[in-house]
Amino acid sequence: MSEPAQSVSLIVNGSLLSVAPGTTVAAAVLMSGTMTRASVSGETRGPLCGMGICFECRVTIDGIPHQRSCQILCTEGLRVTTPDGGSMQQPWGQATS
Amino acid sequence: MTQNFDIAVVGAGPAGMAAAVTASEAGKRVALLDDNPAPGGQIWRRGARLPEMAEQWQARLDRSAVVRLQGWRVFDCPGPTLIRAERNGAPGAAEAKRSPDRDSYAELRCEKLILATGARERFLPFPGWTLPNVMGAGGMDAMVRGGLAVAEKRVVVAGTGPLLFAVAAHLAEKGARIVAVCEQASLAQLARFGLRMATEPAKLWQGLHYRRTFRQARFLTDCWVVAAHGSDRLNAVTLRQGDKRWDVACDYLACGFHLVPNTELPERLGCRIADGFVATDETLQTSVFGVYCVGEPTGIGGVELSLVEGQIAALAAVGSAEAAQKLGRRRRGKLGFVRALYEACTLNPLLRALAVDNTIVCRCEDVRFGALREAGNWRQAKLHTRCGMGPCQGRICGAATEFIFGWQADSVRPPVFPALVSSLAASGEAGGKARSRAVVSAFPEP
Repeated sequence: MSEPAQSVSLIVNGSLLSVAPGTTVAAAVLMSGTMTRASVSGETRGPLCGMGICFECRVTIDGIPHQRSCQILCTEGLRVTTPDGGSMQQPWGQATS
Repeated sequence: MTQNFDIAVVGAGPAGMAAAVTASEAGKRVALLDDNPAPGGQIWRRGARLPEMAEQWQARLDRSAVVRLQGWRVFDCPGPTLIRAERNGAPGAAEAKRSPDRDSYAELRCEKLILATGARERFLPFPGWTLPNVMGAGGMDAMVRGGLAVAEKRVVVAGTGPLLFAVAAHLAEKGARIVAVCEQASLAQLARFGLRMATEPAKLWQGLHYRRTFRQARFLTDCWVVAAHGSDRLNAVTLRQGDKRWDVACDYLACGFHLVPNTELPERLGCRIADGFVATDETLQTSVFGVYCVGEPTGIGGVELSLVEGQIAALAAVGSAEAAQKLGRRRRGKLGFVRALYEACTLNPLLRALAVDNTIVCRCEDVRFGALREAGNWRQAKLHTRCGMGPCQGRICGAATEFIFGWQADSVRPPVFPALVSSLAASGEAGGKARSRAVVSAFPEP
């Protein structure tokens, strides 16, 4: 496997973050010091299964909510928003776009 | 986007890779769909040193003419020749700018279908298990392979199964301080497993190697986590072994109770399920003609068995019955491991009492244990509490309530994963099915 040396920069809740290529958005979110989701009763949640099954790692990516961040790799300029960022306290099932 | 293939394979773990490569090398037009960013499934996930075997299959896949839909999630198979899939990570603003005309919905038609949908971890609810930084054992491993830095972090690994050793060893390699590895099985249970493993020296040797890698940590049998503590994230767990209970400070808990098969797609197609696994004949064909199932959904048996099953199904599907039969002998030789593993991971009934009334069981809908005790079965629980009605469609709480209450989930309905309304509308158009119903089914019905 060839390993490109550069890093990837993304924006998590408005703050710039650099990660190694191949990093998942879920890992980047945790390393930025925040968590991924607020539950329907308002609990803070983080990733559980790491494989796209549990839906606990849902975040808003580039304005689109409910993206499973454990199955998406960081790409340059990606914008991630989590409830800690103050904009996404919406339970699953509400009209999204 | 609709395309026709001789053979479609769903899932690009070892079983799916082997199936796709084998069918393609036999000259068939093959599609391989998988929802992860890269092939390899969970066991050969990138981000850690992979075994030689993985690199060999990856190289064969790269050389092959297999059409790969990597990062695509199959959300429905209305029949054995039709697959509906959606691209993971719907095109966001940045992505849309780069490739404005990219599809997010795909429809494939195939002559033969090989399902290699793998397994997920079984999670059991206990007080505090919904706290951030409590993850699955495999889940935590996947996060670390996905770049999560764990150097100097204190990690408790718990649950059951050989996965615990592999995860503890990998995390230790990445610099984590493994505090304890807690296996719910008894020492006698493990000893029996060890004896049966005498025929698989390579696996025993690997286990010992793992143990050396996390040798600083205590390995405890008959031991499990009874509670996780913290306010906004985990900071300690309470462990229990026999009559002893004690607290351990930690940054992460990696906790999973072995694996349960992903049988939603085979069930959707009407494939016969026996004892929770997909029933197949010797060629891995299910009860539905032209639909094969390989790997963990037919019985949790690990990489080698998965590879053999993938090849057998592909050979059978392309009509090489003799070659398939020859490999069948190798498969039968490995089925003993499935039974041994099943017995080794049998759960202690005391684990049913881990959840207390206010413990959340369904994480999607925040349904608590106390509310579920009133319900007599899975269906009642769904109707009265919304347990299992969230986006994971009961994939997490279903396995837990099956163990705790003995509930069986009822029929699988499409879509088997939540899908965009646009995908459902597109599939309605393409399939000529009632469109309005498809849109409504964006959310699981009871």
